[in-house]
Amino acid sequence: MGGTFWLPRRGSTFAADVDFAWDLVFWISVFFFVLITSLLVWFVLRYRERPGYVAQPASSHNTPLEIFWSVVPTLIVAGLFWTGYKTYLDMATPPAGAYEIQVTGQKWNWLFTYPNGYVDGQLHVPEDTPVRLVMTSQDVMHAFFVPTFRVKRDVLPGRYTDLWFEAIEPGTHEVLCAEYCGTSHSTMLTKVVVHERADYERWLAEASDFLRLLPPAEAGQLLYAQRGCKQCHSVDGKAGIGPTLQGLFGHDQPLTGGGSVRVDENYIRESVLVPRAKIAAGYEAVMPSYQGRLRDEEIAAIVEYLKTLKGSP
Amino acid sequence: MRTSETQLGAAGPAAAPGPSRGDDYLRHGTGIRSWLFTLDHKRIGILYLVSILSAFFLAGMFAVLVRTELLTPGKTIVDADTYNQFFTLHGAVMIFLFIIPGIPAALGNFVLPLMLGAKDVAFPRLNLMSWWLWVTGAVLSVASIVIGAVDTGWTFYTPYSTTTGQKGVVPIVLGVFILGFSSIFTGLNFIVTVHKLRPKGMTWFRMPLFLWAIYSTAVLQVLATPVLGITVALLAAERLMGLGIFDPALGGDPVLFQHFFWFYSHPAVYIMILPAMGVISEVIAVFSRKHIFGYRFIAMSSVAIAILSFLVWGHHMFTSMSPLANMLFSALTFSVSIPSAIKVFNWLATMYKGTIQLRTPMLYALAFIFLFTIGGLTGLFLGMLAVDVHLHDTYFVVAHFHYVMFGGTVMAFLAGLHYWWPKMTGRTFSEIGGQWGFWLVFCGFNLTFFIQFLMGSRGMPRRYYDYLPEQAIYHQISSVGSYLTAVGFFVVAGCLWRSLRQGAPAPANPWGGNSLEWWTPSPPPHDNFAETPVADDPYDYANWTYDPALGGYVRPPGRPA
Repeated sequence: MGGTFWLPRRGSTFAADVDFAWDLVFWISVFFFVLITSLLVWFVLRYRERPGYVAQPASSHNTPLEIFWSVVPTLIVAGLFWTGYKTYLDMATPPAGAYEIQVTGQKWNWLFTYPNGYVDGQLHVPEDTPVRLVMTSQDVMHAFFVPTFRVKRDVLPGRYTDLWFEAIEPGTHEVLCAEYCGTSHSTMLTKVVVHERADYERWLAEASDFLRLLPPAEAGQLLYAQRGCKQCHSVDGKAGIGPTLQGLFGHDQPLTGGGSVRVDENYIRESVLVPRAKIAAGYEAVMPSYQGRLRDEEIAAIVEYLKTLKGSP
Repeated sequence: MRTSETQLGAAGPAAAPGPSRGDDYLRHGTGIRSWLFTLDHKRIGILYLVSILSAFFLAGMFAVLVRTELLTPGKTIVDADTYNQFFTLHGAVMIFLFIIPGIPAALGNFVLPLMLGAKDVAFPRLNLMSWWLWVTGAVLSVASIVIGAVDTGWTFYTPYSTTTGQKGVVPIVLGVFILGFSSIFTGLNFIVTVHKLRPKGMTWFRMPLFLWAIYSTAVLQVLATPVLGITVALLAAERLMGLGIFDPALGGDPVLFQHFFWFYSHPAVYIMILPAMGVISEVIAVFSRKHIFGYRFIAMSSVAIAILSFLVWGHHMFTSMSPLANMLFSALTFSVSIPSAIKVFNWLATMYKGTIQLRTPMLYALAFIFLFTIGGLTGLFLGMLAVDVHLHDTYFVVAHFHYVMFGGTVMAFLAGLHYWWPKMTGRTFSEIGGQWGFWLVFCGFNLTFFIQFLMGSRGMPRRYYDYLPEQAIYHQISSVGSYLTAVGFFVVAGCLWRSLRQGAPAPANPWGGNSLEWWTPSPPPHDNFAETPVADDPYDYANWTYDPALGGYVRPPGRPA
């Protein structure tokens, strides 16, 4: 994990500033905690009722003293406010010309759309480059959280929010959803992969070309893993939020409300684009539509992958 | 200046200390109807006490289930949906059914008219109606578990709450709506009571600080709670009729819900903590045998907290608002820490050169200062914008608000419950049993929640069913702590239950307080006081001396006050 005792390692340029703010408030808090607790314990020991102890008279108010302990904390919190606000302003203001990536949150995965139109389930960024994420949600609220970058921002349906960061070295970092979004909230996870600057364009070009470079079934497997199918549909026969994909192709699927349907290319296509048209019996109608987010050749690749998943559903 | 003879008459503790004879409120009328339809504020306080403790038990069980599920990564006892229902119900029941009515409606109802030397609250029928509304709201909320337990979190954030399939959303928000009116009526009643029924000699600045706290709370209850009612009514309308207020699919704005919700729910945090601070002001002074230090600063800080609490709701939305709004709300949030700090310093100064008696209520009060200090200081981290961005919606926040709500309010509730227990029941509890309960709850609480600061600052989001295996050890420590806390509460309950059966009769003034509730027998007679008392300084304990034969404090007759 790395990092300090309290905080994870630092992966972005402003992590150091955030950690400075943390240290400031941490040590001020430790000071007051020790002060208050020591006085508490000392008074209890010194003034506790015991044989032979007689209390000395003491005043019941002291205005200068009370003003003193009202004004000093006020000055301290004013300093804390300013430190927190200054660093926050840097974090809230993306530099002009930042590299932009579109982020879509949906139950329960993340999709990242790169400037060339390529969509990936992981966030790949170049090091030492300001990156701005423009984010929206397909359904309920989510929040994009990278602890090692010290960034977090709500991802809302029906509007865009943004955040930016600059990764300091190649490596991978955890992305978590921080706004409660239902059943699989805790597994709405992915990674940020930070590339060396020189490698980044090469990675993007190769990744974008996977449909041409890979056999269709393998491309389908990649799409299954990256576009959010995996979060709800297993390939090993286990029921998840949705039905397993093992042995699904060619199988007769019973439907909610009676009847059944033979799982063929058309049914899969319909289920991807209009998921609520026919609901598999025993499952909730919760799948988001992939209309406009999966191209025809991508759906075809997924169908080819499904055909390879033999076994009983 | 008062002497016992002239102002208290024959029923005063000076003349007749010890348990009352005959017409105490517990024996004034028998049968279930004499309780369920009583207009006596003391009996309504007891009804509330039994009700909110039942809710506390239920919500506590949900907490233990949540912690048990989190013992191991992945599934431990239930699936993700059931876990989500557990933490939702833990939060909703704890907040709406226990902690908001907790101190004001249960302890406040019992103590407030007694402290005022009054026969009852201003509107006894309204008071009974408040309790019945609580019962109705509670039944609806608990019924939602059977109808289709909600999994939205206690915050009911849209559009999740308007689009998921749980059928319980409408019943539970209807329950919350009704509970809101219960709270509003209690607040209204207390405001009028404090204004109109103060006795001779009790100017505003001679009120016990508990009354200042309850009064400030009541103002919040009356002004803030209607917003909650409107918010949940809009939520229900959107769910039932497709009204597009919050769901962007219908043209609504999901962040608007958060603004509405926290416009109530942040003041509600102070509805929870202000009465707690009032209890602590009483207990610290009485068990230090010394006049409260800085009375006016403590009283005015309650009012300041009540006002400022309306201006800080935005800090719940630091990760979704504009930088300008964030700047304003961050600055305002810090301002609310000052009156809280003033109170802590004044309590410490009260102990200075006192005669500190470490009885059970005082232990809870000292624990309050210790835990509330941690809760308050960790609030500074969350007020700082840059740091909050990292900590928002993590376990750090969970730990912070449990230190304030549990370490603060629940500890103060227990302090008040033990402090006024002899007055309410006419029985004394075992000091040994009370202290065992205290230490178990105190240790269990810290074991459960301190580690959660660390989990949160290292990046563990809240409301997670699953987590990485390397975090298991933190979760396991926390879960073991929750079991210890539960055992502690059973010891507390056992000790108090035993006192009802076997406790010695309580004297009128077991702790030597000087606010007016200690001037009447324990338990008080139906009419509270034989003659309307005249109040003086509630923190002047000099004239009460301990009588070992009685186990309580007396004011020698004829001694000049």
